[in-house]
Amino acid sequence: MLIIEKATYDAIVAHARRDHPDEACGVVAGPAGSDRAVRFVPMLNAAMSPTFYEFDSGDLLRLYQEMDERDEEPVVIYHSHTATEAYPSRTDINLAQEPGAHYVLVSTRDGADSPAYDGPVEFRSYRIIDAEVVEEEVRVVGSYEETKGDN
Amino acid sequence: MAIELRVPTILRTYTGGEKAVNGDGATLAEFIDNVNGAHPGLKERIVEGEPEELRRFVNVYVNDEDVRFTGGLKTGVKDGDVVVVLPAVAGG
Repeated sequence: MLIIEKATYDAIVAHARRDHPDEACGVVAGPAGSDRAVRFVPMLNAAMSPTFYEFDSGDLLRLYQEMDERDEEPVVIYHSHTATEAYPSRTDINLAQEPGAHYVLVSTRDGADSPAYDGPVEFRSYRIIDAEVVEEEVRVVGSYEETKGDN
Repeated sequence: MAIELRVPTILRTYTGGEKAVNGDGATLAEFIDNVNGAHPGLKERIVEGEPEELRRFVNVYVNDEDVRFTGGLKTGVKDGDVVVVLPAVAGG
């Protein structure tokens, strides 16, 4: 299960809507071993594409150096699909290389990017390990303080 | 002195869980071969094809420089250098 704070959840959705029609991408880092996604880091999609995303190689290095210094790991790796459902594509599955991460997908299809749209936005989470996809429940909390004592 | 390889999480199965291992060589290609001697299997996760090239979705940096801009596998390395391997974060 992914437990995520409302503010972070909203920030991911806002990023996806803002970058539509291109795919948006980023990570939410957290203390190593904590499974707490606390530091929202939107990344530039170097591919600038509606069907592909890739972190810029320089940005990627700086991100990982920063996480190392802070003893963090990428708890969530997110990206958006702009015309299809929020389910990992074949490319997503083949390229997933962080076995410890929650892979979050948001879909901005069917007008969900529009400023006038105020309905729900598809937001789903997966583990992707050795090309096997397992969807998991997403629980949105106001603050991780509420979950003290859980897992 | 030696050259240090920083190993990403997904490749630590080849290094007994170690985050960094040492090796030698005059070029990145030689260094990867050298490290692969002690940690078999590591090389084929970084390099592919004939002639050998870096895998498209693996980024390699020598002293913070992406080697795609410095000669790829022919990039020179020396004692004290730090080689970082990071899988691309990418998808469709």
